[in-house]
Amino acid sequence: MNMLAEALLPSVNVEEKLFQDRYRVDVGRPHIKLRDAAVCTACKAKPCTVCCPAGCWRVAEGGGIELVVDGCLECGTCRLVCGEGNVDWNYPRGGFGILFKFG
Amino acid sequence: MEKFDVVVVGAGPAGNAAAYTLARAGLSVLQLERGESPGTKNVQGAILYADALEKIIPDFRDSAPLERHVAEQRMWLLDENQTCTGVSHRDARFSQQPYNRYTIIRARFDRWFSEQVKSAGALVICETTVTGLLKDDAGKVIGVRTERAQGDILADCVILADGANALLGERAGLRPAIKAEDMALVVKEVLFLPKETLEARFNISGTQGVVIEIAGNVTHGMVGTGFLYTNKDSIAIGIGCMLGDMKRQQLTPCQLLEGLKRHSAVQPLIDGAEMKEYSAHLIPEGGYRALPQLYGEGWLVVGDSAGFVNAVHREGSNLAMTSGRIAAETLIALRQAGKPFTAANLAGYKQGLDDSFVMADLKKYQGVPELLNQNPHILDLYPRFVGDAAREILTVDGVPKRDKQKKILGELARRRSLLGLLGDAYKFWRAFR
Repeated sequence: MNMLAEALLPSVNVEEKLFQDRYRVDVGRPHIKLRDAAVCTACKAKPCTVCCPAGCWRVAEGGGIELVVDGCLECGTCRLVCGEGNVDWNYPRGGFGILFKFG
Repeated sequence: MEKFDVVVVGAGPAGNAAAYTLARAGLSVLQLERGESPGTKNVQGAILYADALEKIIPDFRDSAPLERHVAEQRMWLLDENQTCTGVSHRDARFSQQPYNRYTIIRARFDRWFSEQVKSAGALVICETTVTGLLKDDAGKVIGVRTERAQGDILADCVILADGANALLGERAGLRPAIKAEDMALVVKEVLFLPKETLEARFNISGTQGVVIEIAGNVTHGMVGTGFLYTNKDSIAIGIGCMLGDMKRQQLTPCQLLEGLKRHSAVQPLIDGAEMKEYSAHLIPEGGYRALPQLYGEGWLVVGDSAGFVNAVHREGSNLAMTSGRIAAETLIALRQAGKPFTAANLAGYKQGLDDSFVMADLKKYQGVPELLNQNPHILDLYPRFVGDAAREILTVDGVPKRDKQKKILGELARRRSLLGLLGDAYKFWRAFR
C-alpha cells in the first residue's frame, strides 16, 4: 500500500458498520462458496480480501481463505474480481440475506 | 403450471416501470422479487429524475415518498492534500414546481412504486428468487424457475430486470460473462442529522436539497467518483471505483469511503451525524460498448441488468425506468397486433431505445470508459493540478501574478509534456463531443 494512502486512510472496522445493517441469515446455507479451497490457497493476489466491501473474505492461517457470508451485502464483487473463477455465487433464498432499510 | 403473458424478474425501477405499464394495458403480469419487500435488496444514491417517471405515472408527486428537490448541484475535485476545488450551480428555477430532480430513499420509493404496480393489476410476489430461465427445445425462453416447490412459471415473455449482477442472463447463455472492467463497486452510508442542522449546513430550506458529485484523488488513482446527497434528515455519502482498478490495489472500499468522510471539505458537513446503514452495490459502467444482446426469443433485458447507465452524468434510474417502459410498450403493441413475442418482433424494443435518449446518450459517451481506463491520469493529474493552481493564485504573498502564472504553467509542463497535454485534450474532445 502506498504510504500516503496508509497514513490518510487508517484501517476501518467494517464489522462496526455492518452492525447497523439488518439481515436475515440463512443459517447453514451460505449463498457463496469456494469451488476449490486449494485454488484460493495457491492464489497470491487474493483480490477478494481487498475488494469485498463487507470483509467476508479473510486470509486464514496457512494462507487459505476463510469465507463467512453472514455480513454479505450481495453486491457480487467477489465473483467478478476472482481471476480463478473460483467463486460459486448464488443469490440467497428469497427473503434471506441483507435487508436494506434505506438502500 | 401457471402461465402469464409476462413475467418480470425484479422490482427495481426498470422492473416496476415495465410491470406497471404492462398491467395498466391489461396484460397478465407476474413480478417476482427476491427481497422481503421491494427495495430491501436495492441500493442507489439516490436521485429520481422526474421526467422518466412522469412518462409512466404523471401524477407521481401526489403520493411518492420524495426526500428533497434538487435546488443546487456542486461538482467538487478533492485530493489527498485536503483541497477542494469546484463549481456549483443553483438556479431559482430549479426550486419552482414541477421539480426536475429529487433525492429519494430507495427502500421507501421502491415500496411505493410496487404499490402502484399492484394497483395497476400485476401480481407481485416477494421473497422469491428466480434461479433460472425455462427454455423450449428450440431455445425460446418460455418461463422462469424459482426456488419454491413447483416453482416453474410459464410466460409468453420474460423481462429480465434482475439488476447489475445479471446472473440469470449469463447462466442462460443470453449474454457473455460480466467483466470486472465494466463494473464499478460503490459503497455508501446513510448518515442522519437533525433537519435544521442539515439545512443550515447546506444553505437550504423547505424541500430544497443539494447534490454534490465528487471526482479527484479521493479515489487514489482509480477511475471512480464520489457523491453526497441531502435527504430530508439524512445525508447519503458514497464512493465508487471500477472493479478492474480496485482489484489491482490494496485499499478496501471501506477505507476509501472513510477517506472521503474525513476530507476537510466533507467532514464538517457530516460531523456528528449518526450512521444508520452501510451498503454496497455494483454499477454497470462499461457503457455502450459493453451492452449485451437486449432481446431474443421470448425475452427482453432492461435497466442495470442491460447495462443502461450513463456514468458521465451519473444517471441510471431514468434509463432503467425508460427502458422498462419501452419494453412494456413494445410487448403491448405486439399483443394488440396479435403478433408473437419472437426475437424478430421484439427487435422493436431495441428500435424504441435507439429512438430515445437512452441509446443516444450511451452512444455519445461510448468512448469514455476506454478513455479513462487507458488514461487514468486524467482523473488524477488534472484535478490535482487544478487544486494546486488555485492555491497558488489565491495565496497572496507579494509574488507578482505573472510569476505565479509562470510557476503554474511550468508545473503543468513538468507533470505532462505539451504533446501529452494536446493528446489528452484531443482524446477528451473525442470521447465527450
